[in-house]
Amino acid sequence: MSSEFAVELRDVVKKFITPEGNELSAVDHVTMQIKNGEFFSMLGSSGCGKTTSLRMIAGFEWPTEGEVFIEGQPMGHIPPFQRKVNTVFQSYALFQHMTVAQNIGFGLEMEGVEKSEIKKRVGRALEMVQLTGMERRQPKQLSGGQQQRVAVARALVKTPSVLLLDEPLGALDLKLRKEMQLELKALQQQLGITFIYVTHDQEEALTMSDRIAVMSKGKVQQLATPVEIYERPTNKFVADFIGESNFLEGVIKEISKDEATVYVPVLNAELKGMPMSPDFVNGEEVAVSMRPEKIRIVEREADGDTLFKAKVLNSVYIGSDTHVYVDMQGARLKVMEQNRISRLDPSSFYSKEQMITLLFMPENTLILKKG
Amino acid sequence: MLKRLRESKSMQGTFLALPTTLWMFVLLIIPLILTLIVSFGKRSPDGNVIYTFSFDNYARLIGISHTCADGSATCFDPLYINILWRSLTLAFNTTVVVILMAYPLSYFIARAKPAQRNIYLFMVLIPLWTNFVIRVYAWMMLLRKEGAINIIIGWVASLLHLPFTPLEMLYTPGAVLVGMVYEFLPFMILPIYTSLEKIDGSLYEAAADLGANAVRTFLRVTLPLSMPGVVAGTILVFVPVMGTFVVSDLLGGKQVILVGNLIQRQFLDARDPAFGSAASLILMVMTLIVTYFYTRKFGFGEEIVAA
Ligand SMILES: Nc1ncnc2c1ncn2[C@@H]1O[C@H](COP(=O)(O)OP(=O)(O)O)[C@@H](O)[C@H]1O
Ligand SMILES: [Mg+2]
Repeated sequence: MSSEFAVELRDVVKKFITPEGNELSAVDHVTMQIKNGEFFSMLGSSGCGKTTSLRMIAGFEWPTEGEVFIEGQPMGHIPPFQRKVNTVFQSYALFQHMTVAQNIGFGLEMEGVEKSEIKKRVGRALEMVQLTGMERRQPKQLSGGQQQRVAVARALVKTPSVLLLDEPLGALDLKLRKEMQLELKALQQQLGITFIYVTHDQEEALTMSDRIAVMSKGKVQQLATPVEIYERPTNKFVADFIGESNFLEGVIKEISKDEATVYVPVLNAELKGMPMSPDFVNGEEVAVSMRPEKIRIVEREADGDTLFKAKVLNSVYIGSDTHVYVDMQGARLKVMEQNRISRLDPSSFYSKEQMITLLFMPENTLILKKG
Repeated sequence: MLKRLRESKSMQGTFLALPTTLWMFVLLIIPLILTLIVSFGKRSPDGNVIYTFSFDNYARLIGISHTCADGSATCFDPLYINILWRSLTLAFNTTVVVILMAYPLSYFIARAKPAQRNIYLFMVLIPLWTNFVIRVYAWMMLLRKEGAINIIIGWVASLLHLPFTPLEMLYTPGAVLVGMVYEFLPFMILPIYTSLEKIDGSLYEAAADLGANAVRTFLRVTLPLSMPGVVAGTILVFVPVMGTFVVSDLLGGKQVILVGNLIQRQFLDARDPAFGSAASLILMVMTLIVTYFYTRKFGFGEEIVAA
């Protein structure tokens, strides 16, 4: 391989003219480097530019500005079939008038591969996606999950160096989707091929990916590993979009190295030893972010240092957890508590108006730009 | 009774199908049986039907003649076989020409921008607002010796100082073919357009992604997926062309006689309904046979019918 990166987007912009005649930047100065053999996801809500980014890598769209590189080569206006990438389409895009074997063999046939060789490689591809024996079926005789596998096999049989997948599991039901997630991940590790995976499902992205690019309005908000994305979101958007977060307003009182002391007016307290990135200044107004599952309800008196009083507004039982909504001097917080004990006894729930004590560990909170 | 009806699915089905079945019976089955009975009859001297059970009419149609030039009792006269054959070949030729013209047009329309697509479809449909017969008359005006086409060619020829004698176009097999193609083109364009328009755009991208160029994408993806439209269009064109008599009557004159004309003349001019009935049934059977083998090979174009 000629480059450390399988795919690189360098300051890529894609503008569309909307039907109303306005200019829309579907992809807005995106830069990302996708490493060889990596499972890379683009995650974001509908319309944030994931598909457009993927299509520019595949060659179905060309950037308005910037450049796409594949294995270090600038792609310019090179057509899709001259790029060492293949796509698994969201709707699968299987050829309904061909059998499973003909679908999978189509790409090889276009390369002029011999018939006997095609047969062998189609057989191997089917084995890979566990569809051996389905050669002669028509796509519409297959279940959604099986069609999905055919689409994957059809792309992989071309031995691309990068496989592009656009919400490939979107049409499957939850259980099958979870199965396929693990299967796709296993396949990717077994083959060592770079996967670029588009999804709007954060759990899916967190489960499967080596790295994730969180996107919003055509921009990359954060590009990092799943753990970093969840534990150290770099801005309020990511903290809010991935998982859930409570935000409290605060002011930085003191900075030392990579820790800070923040005064939080609603708590009327200073939180000490909070982790912080270096681009904050003393006196700056910030957002203090806390994950609901990282706030604990404890059986102690509030002491105003790390323990705070709160009034229960509502508690919702959702099986594995109970969500407790509390009011803390006007600030509404959500707290998540795992149901480690049976909740069959109604008195095990927090009742409305009940006063409880919450524990905030400074290392479990984050300081983010207020924006 | 009502309770059972409410509970039994199959009884509900029968009940719901009743009106249709009744209409089918009154409008299709009974007339067909009557035609069959009449076809075994004979023409009376005053032009009525004498009901007998004779196969004479059918024998006459397949060429067994009793009025022979050489005076013998029976001989072979291919007159009606020729007419049947002419109808069959004309229907076949019309269908082929119509497919060749309709496919590129439909493809063009299906690939146009949505707003333009509607305009083109509208243009395809506009002629259908005018009566069929009137439009055939229009073709007579165009094709006549003193018609528009000859005038234009003559004018061009005179500009180029070339000699020109007006072309004899009307009352030729060519004129009938032109008329048929013109009449039935929309019935091919619409189903082919529908099947092309239904092809998911991502299939073209998938083909490109897998290394197919434009020509191979067309041959391996577009064409096979639009076949249901071609099949449906073929049935919509072939079957009526086999039976019409207006186009051949007006544009073919006495030169181009088809089964349709034959049947029409038996009922009106020749006053021989028995022979006309036999010819109708032969036409029907012939059309059924062709359609049967055709649909066995290609299907009914179900996807279009369902759309
Ligand atoms: N061909 C196009 N013409 C005009 N606008 C487009 C086109 N493709 C995408 N868009 C717009 O670009 C934005 C991003 O689209 P897309 O990349 O499909 O988002 P995502 O896949 O993240 O849901 C959307 O607002 C969409 O409407
Ligand atoms: Mg998308």
